[in-house]
Amino acid sequence: MKARAFDYVRVSTIDDALAACARASGDFCYLAGGQSVVPSLSLRLQAPQLVIDISRIKEMRGIALIDGALRIGALTRHAEMLISPEIARHAPLLRLAAPHIAHPAIRNKGTIGGSIALADPAAEFPAVVLALDAELEIAGPDGRRRAKADGFFKGIYETGLEPGEILTAIIVPQFGENDRCAFDELARRHGDYALVGCAIQGRFAGNDVEAIRIAFLSAGPTQKRARNAEVVITGHRLSPKTIADAQSALELDLDPTEDEQTTATMRLHLARVLLGRVLGQFSCDSPRGGGRA
Amino acid sequence: MSLSPHKPDSPNALIGRSVARPNAKRLLAGRGRYVTDIQLPRMLHAAFVRSPYAHANIVSIDTSCAATMRGVCLVATGEDLAKLCKPWVGTLDHFAGMKSPPQLPLAVGKVVWAGQAVVAVVAGTRAQAEDAIEHVAIEFEELEPVIDIDAARAIDATLINPDLGSNVAFHAKIESGNVEDAFRDAAAVIEKAYLFGRHTAVTLEPRAIIADYDPTEERLTVHHSTQTPYQFQDLYSRHYGLREARVRVVAPDVGGSFGMKLHVYHEDMAVVGLSIMSGRPVKFVADRIESFVSDIHARDHRIKARIAVEADGIIRGMDVDDVTAVGPFSTYPRTSVVEGNQVVRLIGAPYRFRNYRANLDVVFQNKVQTSQYRAVGHPIAFAVTEALVDSAARKLGIDPFEMRRRNIVTQDMYPYTSPTGYKFERLSHEACLDKLHALMDYPRLRREQAEFRRRGIHRGIGIAMFVEITNPSPAFYGVGGARISAQDGAVVKVTPSGEVHCLISVGEHGQGTETIVGQIIAEQLGIPMDAVRVFTGDTDITPHGGANWACRGAGIGGETALQAGRALKRNLLAVAAIILQARLEDLDMRDGEVVDAATGIPRISLAEIARICYFRSDTLPRDVTPQLSVAHHYSPKGYPFAFTNGVQACHVEVDVETGFVKILKVWVVEDCGRIINPMLVEEQVRGGVVQGLGAAFFEECLYSDNGQLRNGSLADYLVPMAGEMPDIEIAHVETPTLDTELGAKGCGEAGTAAASAAAMNAVNDAIAPLGVSVSQIPMTPQRLLRVLGYA
Ligand SMILES: Cc1cc2nc3c(=O)[nH]c(=O)nc-3n(C[C@H](O)[C@H](O)[C@H](O)COP(=O)(O)OP(=O)(O)OC[C@H]3O[C@@H](n4cnc5c(N)ncnc54)[C@H](O)[C@@H]3O)c2cc1C
Repeated sequence: MKARAFDYVRVSTIDDALAACARASGDFCYLAGGQSVVPSLSLRLQAPQLVIDISRIKEMRGIALIDGALRIGALTRHAEMLISPEIARHAPLLRLAAPHIAHPAIRNKGTIGGSIALADPAAEFPAVVLALDAELEIAGPDGRRRAKADGFFKGIYETGLEPGEILTAIIVPQFGENDRCAFDELARRHGDYALVGCAIQGRFAGNDVEAIRIAFLSAGPTQKRARNAEVVITGHRLSPKTIADAQSALELDLDPTEDEQTTATMRLHLARVLLGRVLGQFSCDSPRGGGRA
Repeated sequence: MSLSPHKPDSPNALIGRSVARPNAKRLLAGRGRYVTDIQLPRMLHAAFVRSPYAHANIVSIDTSCAATMRGVCLVATGEDLAKLCKPWVGTLDHFAGMKSPPQLPLAVGKVVWAGQAVVAVVAGTRAQAEDAIEHVAIEFEELEPVIDIDAARAIDATLINPDLGSNVAFHAKIESGNVEDAFRDAAAVIEKAYLFGRHTAVTLEPRAIIADYDPTEERLTVHHSTQTPYQFQDLYSRHYGLREARVRVVAPDVGGSFGMKLHVYHEDMAVVGLSIMSGRPVKFVADRIESFVSDIHARDHRIKARIAVEADGIIRGMDVDDVTAVGPFSTYPRTSVVEGNQVVRLIGAPYRFRNYRANLDVVFQNKVQTSQYRAVGHPIAFAVTEALVDSAARKLGIDPFEMRRRNIVTQDMYPYTSPTGYKFERLSHEACLDKLHALMDYPRLRREQAEFRRRGIHRGIGIAMFVEITNPSPAFYGVGGARISAQDGAVVKVTPSGEVHCLISVGEHGQGTETIVGQIIAEQLGIPMDAVRVFTGDTDITPHGGANWACRGAGIGGETALQAGRALKRNLLAVAAIILQARLEDLDMRDGEVVDAATGIPRISLAEIARICYFRSDTLPRDVTPQLSVAHHYSPKGYPFAFTNGVQACHVEVDVETGFVKILKVWVVEDCGRIINPMLVEEQVRGGVVQGLGAAFFEECLYSDNGQLRNGSLADYLVPMAGEMPDIEIAHVETPTLDTELGAKGCGEAGTAAASAAAMNAVNDAIAPLGVSVSQIPMTPQRLLRVLGYA
């Protein structure tokens, strides 16, 4: 299939991007890594009049530690998560999740900003930023703002971004001394969108879990924290009983959907099995960036 | 002159060596020339408006708006093309009583599957054609779709083809021995229902065609990604009323075929008509979504089967009921009943029991047509056979290897005719079983399995035997009235510098045909591989032949090349004998020279002979006219098919909490007769195994209740990928067929034939301690969790 004809403009600053969208007379979309937008144009699922290429905007690139938080430019590519020393040190959960996204060719182009802005319910990074308690830096016609990852993902392909707004960076709290994290998912084949996935970041006080954030992907219309499971675990040691209780709590936390691959019941079952396994990785003695490196 | 078969140590020996493919570098460098790469002057592009419904009447079609859009040259409906193209009917005479309705390129009056092409738009670019199809208005009146296999046979079922009176396309019954007696008071009887999902070929290169009609000479040239250019020359000529000699079908590089690229597709037929209508070349390349809804699908069987065994494991008999749904009509020209027919005729084939009964019903349904795809029927026949054999062995407490040894057709029994009438010249079941047992170190695996079980890890080992139908004679299609050749032809000619061209009717689509033909020719003539160039797939140039299907390229094409090479060698030695004033019997050809056969001393080079013959024929005696080009045809005689055999084993680990299966390893021992190129045979077997594992675990065309394909993209239809595939270890037994000099049989389908059978047995072996089993493929996590009792 071939895309319908569209106008194309490439911008080099955020302001130019916003100006281009202000000038647009019909519908438009942004192009970052193109790994979701280009297939959707080709399949004519989407046929905007204007495509604004934001992939060359310098302000949206780079990874830097600023005031105890890591600022990750929205144009940071999935592949960079795997090699960046800053990510490995200060946000290892991103590094754990990145190998599960698609295949190398796609990771070389796809961006974290694109992943989060698109909000595919099966995408890894939205769950990761929830588990990381990240903030999102957004530029729009009305100026710049910040939004919590919590509450940002509203539904299938639906986020807190207003029309025309651009996600410019992701701000992640620095990985602390007693923090640990883990990520895993169940996918039919390497690189497939998962049947269910789970990202965990938390802080230990001795053997007890002082704080924990558990986020699921592919377990409902949007990535979601498992708050009841978090409550069950918080303040406790990760015993088989705590884990089993957390697994039971998922029934209240998740709202799994049905598709070609699994029924809702089975998805919930898989989420429970997976939670048990990821908590196992999380509790292993892996001081920084726990789980599988 | 030596005409003895292969002496692997002889100086010329190439047959039996893992010679690298001469075309690999070109293809890897991106220099392949596929149909998509071909740009012809004034070429147009076609796109099709497809039916959104599985079953509907067409009330009206309005193309007026589309016709005026930018770049559009032609908009054609079913009625327009029906004026040019004679309808076709997918039946063959030797399938007694089979029925199928006439078909035309585009739907007329009615659509019978979702995705059927209704209107064609031809424009300057594909994008323009796609723009225009959005503006074709078609009004449909929905009809009840027939989707389910059982619904198709219901008394009050909607008839897909009312003129045929029922939705049953074909019925067959086989009865041999006495099945009732065999099952009466047998020590054990096991009965099960098996389900096989629909799947499809997913070639790397999709279907692609350019039709180029020149009205001034009434000539049609078709560049076609096909396995069978000669068959299509015949079809295009007959259905469009063109002189056969003026129809040229060229298959350039072909990126995979697997049986999918030898059937008549409506779009392909349409494109020929569109070129005739427009007088310009018209290209159509199916995109991936179009491939999913219009390429043939395969399998889709529901089988109830039972086995009766004695207490010592000896099989008394099998009784099988197979219902298969093939789409709204039978595919042309090879029909959609061959698969079912082969399923019921192959079940039980490795074993020597004589009591066998089978019922086959082939029914219509409102999904895309099914037809022959790699290993036609074999995977289903052996999944059922081998699952039954394993269930019986488990019930009787007999080891799976032992169970098979007690029941196979043994060496002393050949030639052997199966209860279903298949004639086996000689198979090698014992040798294959022994070799596999050693290759996989079976006792160690069993010990390891027991240890893992104690730790709660569920590993399983599955064995599956198979026989494979190869080297088909005219008994396959010719006797049924199909104009499909069972013979092949080759022209071999010497260039003035003593190199050789071979033009042969078998083709190359990735399997290595050109390589083995080159090996065979080079060995006969005693010249290096790189002195031979092989040409395939052009009906204006290469001789008429069957080309590639059903595993015949090596066995029949290879024998054709061998005989043609020997004929040319005789001619060359005859001239050499005259030039050298020697006796022909004393000469041989080695290393590009005619040599003294006894001593190997070179006498004259091939280049020198060619020089003399072509440029200085005046120096030869008056009555000598050397024939440095030879045309030769070969047709299989003797056995109607050359059956091959083998056995596979699969080792898996089942995650019983998630239903995920890790495929740890696969072993294959196969016997394809004379091995021409071990590397290529092993590539064929590995690729085949991977397709079988795809069927076992991943691939399935899923339909909604109203007949919509729900997973028609590569994101949703899961093909097996390298990351999930295990190491596949292969060993060989060689039992050459004595019907040919070469002795080669086919190997292209061996891997697929039993891979899913071995996989299903392995999974069932892994979960047997939990008291459950699975009898449906693909074995998805969802299905495994269901049998494991979750949900
Ligand atoms: C075969 C395949 C497999 C894949 N598998 C996975 C997988 O397993 N997991 C996974 O998470 N993803 C997967 N993806 C998607 C991939 O990760 C994409 O890269 C990602 O979803 C989008 O990022 P992008 O930079 O390519 O965005 P684009 O495709 O360029 O844009 C996507 C959407 O986001 C908008 N957008 C992009 N950037 C911004 C921004 N900064 N601000 C506002 N809006 C923006 C665009 O307008 C567009 O609507 C897969 C893709 C393919 C092709």
